[in-house]
Amino acid sequence: MGNVIVVTSGKGGVGKTTSTAAIGASLAETGKRVCVVDFDVGLRNLDLVLGAERRVVYDFINVAQGDAKLSQALIRDKRVETLFLLAASQTRDKDALTDEGVERVIGELRQSFDYVVCDSPAGIERGALLAMRFADTAVVVCNPEVSSVRDSDRIIGLLDSRTRRAEGGSRIDKHLLLTRFDPNRSARGEMLSVADVLEILSIPLVGIIPESEEILRASNLGAPITMNAGASPAAKAYRDAARRLAGEPVPLAMPNEKKPFFSRLFGRRAA
Amino acid sequence: MNLLKMFQARGSAPVARERLQILLAHERVRLGPEDLLSRLRDDLIATILRHVEIDPSKVMVKMDGDAAVSTLEIDIEIPREKIVGDGKRRPFGDEEALTSAA
Repeated sequence: MGNVIVVTSGKGGVGKTTSTAAIGASLAETGKRVCVVDFDVGLRNLDLVLGAERRVVYDFINVAQGDAKLSQALIRDKRVETLFLLAASQTRDKDALTDEGVERVIGELRQSFDYVVCDSPAGIERGALLAMRFADTAVVVCNPEVSSVRDSDRIIGLLDSRTRRAEGGSRIDKHLLLTRFDPNRSARGEMLSVADVLEILSIPLVGIIPESEEILRASNLGAPITMNAGASPAAKAYRDAARRLAGEPVPLAMPNEKKPFFSRLFGRRAA
Repeated sequence: MNLLKMFQARGSAPVARERLQILLAHERVRLGPEDLLSRLRDDLIATILRHVEIDPSKVMVKMDGDAAVSTLEIDIEIPREKIVGDGKRRPFGDEEALTSAA
């Protein structure tokens, strides 16, 4: 039985889709069978980030409503053969996905994949609740910024109350993925530190993704960062995060910070 | 320039941390019970619907109180004709089950 991971955040634009693509690709590169699922009905983008936008024939809603078979809707990645995509529909009808439909499709995916990685839409509405509903594991994507941290806190509350696991009295595994982190600004006291965010949200940290120009380049080209710029610090951080999610004990190093000359002389002064 | 910066006030991150800590302490208390209420309300409606036909929009669940105690107020409107009924105490099937079990 596969593990269902939801990538969620509450706030938009923090890197859910980028992270879903990078984590999905990293897991698949280790030989595991992975399906990434776009839950953003009406505003699908995971296909674009993966460079598969012209290959979508059937989507999630077609399968959930029984109009297409799962095997017809799955798109196999051209670079990593164990990576598959189930695209979101572009219909404007947000209620096209039902609890029962989603449960059935996720159940089928669980049977044939090691990992099912669900890209949640932003917000705390129906779409976001459906994306987390049947998950075993959650990756909460957060930027070191006040509004993102607040929304993450809200999402953590929903993960603890509105998921199938929570309703059954058990717990969903929650992990924090800190993205767009700038170690230099943080060292200067201009940005929340890793410790600050961890103290406020108090869920375990699964990875720190440094702010990187390579991310935009990768999405321009339609490839997960781990494939397009595999040697970059951001790609390495995603690969490590994926290994931790898979249960491997990978030590978590703080991203390197280039200290200015004076700070090196006198030690770190900013909080 | 660097020397000058060292003597400037500390960065804005500690302010962000403090604001978040205060805000979230409030929101966790305020939003927590709200979610509890919606779950309570759903369960109450489901339970009552098993016995009496009611309009779910006429079920009000409210939590109130002060620092020391919380009170839970439940107000359910049941149409009179639904409780007057036809005089039967319980469905026949149940009675039969009871006698055969005894």
